[in-house]
Amino acid sequence: MALPTAPITAPESLVPRRTSPRRKFGSWVHRRPRARLVGLLAAPITWMVIIYLGALFILLLNAFWAKDPFTGKVEPFSWTLDAFKTIASNPVYTTIALRTMGMAILVTVTDALLALPIAYYMARVASPAKRRLLVVAILIPLWAAYLVKVYSWRIILQGHGLVDWAVAPFGMHGPGLSDIMNTWIVLSYLWLPYMILPLFAGFERVPSSLIEASADLGGRSMTTFRRVMLPLVFPALVAGSIFTFSLTLGDYITPDLVSDTKFIGNVIYDNAANVNLPVAAAYSLIPIAIMVVYLLVARRLGAFENL
Amino acid sequence: MTEPRYVRVLLRIATIGVLVFLFLPIVVLAIQAFNSSKLLTWPPPDFTLHWFSDAAGNPQIVQAFQNSIVAATVATILALILGTLAALAVQRYDFFGKQTISFIFVLPLALPGVITGIALRTSYVTFGIDLGMLTIIVGHATFCVVVIYNNVIARLRRVPRTAEEASADLGADSFTTFRRVTLPAVRTALLAGALLAFGLSFDEIIVTIFTAGPGTQTIPLWIYSAIQRPNELPVVNVVAVVVILLSVIPVYLAQRLSGDVAASAAL
Repeated sequence: MALPTAPITAPESLVPRRTSPRRKFGSWVHRRPRARLVGLLAAPITWMVIIYLGALFILLLNAFWAKDPFTGKVEPFSWTLDAFKTIASNPVYTTIALRTMGMAILVTVTDALLALPIAYYMARVASPAKRRLLVVAILIPLWAAYLVKVYSWRIILQGHGLVDWAVAPFGMHGPGLSDIMNTWIVLSYLWLPYMILPLFAGFERVPSSLIEASADLGGRSMTTFRRVMLPLVFPALVAGSIFTFSLTLGDYITPDLVSDTKFIGNVIYDNAANVNLPVAAAYSLIPIAIMVVYLLVARRLGAFENL
Repeated sequence: MTEPRYVRVLLRIATIGVLVFLFLPIVVLAIQAFNSSKLLTWPPPDFTLHWFSDAAGNPQIVQAFQNSIVAATVATILALILGTLAALAVQRYDFFGKQTISFIFVLPLALPGVITGIALRTSYVTFGIDLGMLTIIVGHATFCVVVIYNNVIARLRRVPRTAEEASADLGADSFTTFRRVTLPAVRTALLAGALLAFGLSFDEIIVTIFTAGPGTQTIPLWIYSAIQRPNELPVVNVVAVVVILLSVIPVYLAQRLSGDVAASAAL
């Protein structure tokens, strides 16, 4: 090996050849991780905090502002509890809030029951080729436009539709477009893929070694499922339930299109349309409060790693 | 775990049942688009292609399509920039308030859409901002950011930091490292996220109703108003089928581009 004759210098690539402003800035940034972090976060944080959180804050303020009785316009900084009094004085608002929460729970339980077997089958029984196919088969109805799916259920459920035709031989009639049960069916349909996909991922992540260990220790398959598998996929179930619960809580188009029932979303929408923004704003604090509590509990249960 | 045989059979039956349930409305809609009866009775008395030409010749539909495409494109571009920056910061750095930021970035999709809608509308009204395309785009970008953020962060978790460190050791500055190392690693996740965000924006109605002015229509807004007019239902069917195709094709492409999609598409 020949000894170097020339004095040792840094390799050329380490010596900045051109000191263009961009390059100068680049190396300045490179030496300052804090500056890099600020540069990365500045735009997204500005957007999310000013536009999104800012909008939520304005919504909160509007709930405490008075409305001009003639023009319907909200007068900023005219503090009042009128909107809350309106909501508290009319029991309909309470009924609707409870009905919506009941429906959200019902839809979540329905979707969990429907999703568990198919998610389990996809993750642990189906062959890899079949699994890929099934994932696509879940993604198609998930991504087919929301409104179009609701609309299609409307055609199925309406008089002389598919349901009427199917039950006619038994001398029965379809539910028409007024039944609250329609809302239950359609909402469960709409959010089912949101439950299947996290559950599928959850089942897939369960290490086979744990299942084998359980079997070696004498656990029958039902015991293994209940004592080993379910606790491990529970965070995924909670992750899925965030969607089924939250989406049901806020939906107003489905109840409007397939039933005569009013949900929380309808109250917000109707009040916004009738330019009673304070009542709409005050009422929307109910689903916000419910969802914030739900999300905090879900995060504690480890659901966020399963989103 | 090897399940008993009867359990496998039951699981298979349940799976088929759920699949039938999931595809029933889509299939019914596809058939109804060719139904010759304006009343959309079942079974269809006869089939026709007539409604397709009716839909293509409707200037309102054409205009709504253009609006939807413009809104989805701009919202997706905004979301790509904001979502990628945020994902890089949260995944590659440790800092005070990181948990809060990751929480804020889940919020627009975790809170019901009606909340985002009414919050934006209230703000627009409070500040006297005219409702139109711009206000629609701002609303769409806000939840599209979340989709991109989730896709990129899921990918970054799987791309080890070592490649970026090696690049820095070899003398590349932060921008060069991003352009030559990080970007190629997350490129398919970005593309997949962009397709999903586009699809999400294209179909959005719950937020859009609140943020659109009376004069601006997107395709979902047009469908929602046309549903109330029985005469237009056959044309609605046609538009609905086209919309399903247009929203499913990007997802199929996204799925082929990136395996992450299965998990993150739920968001």
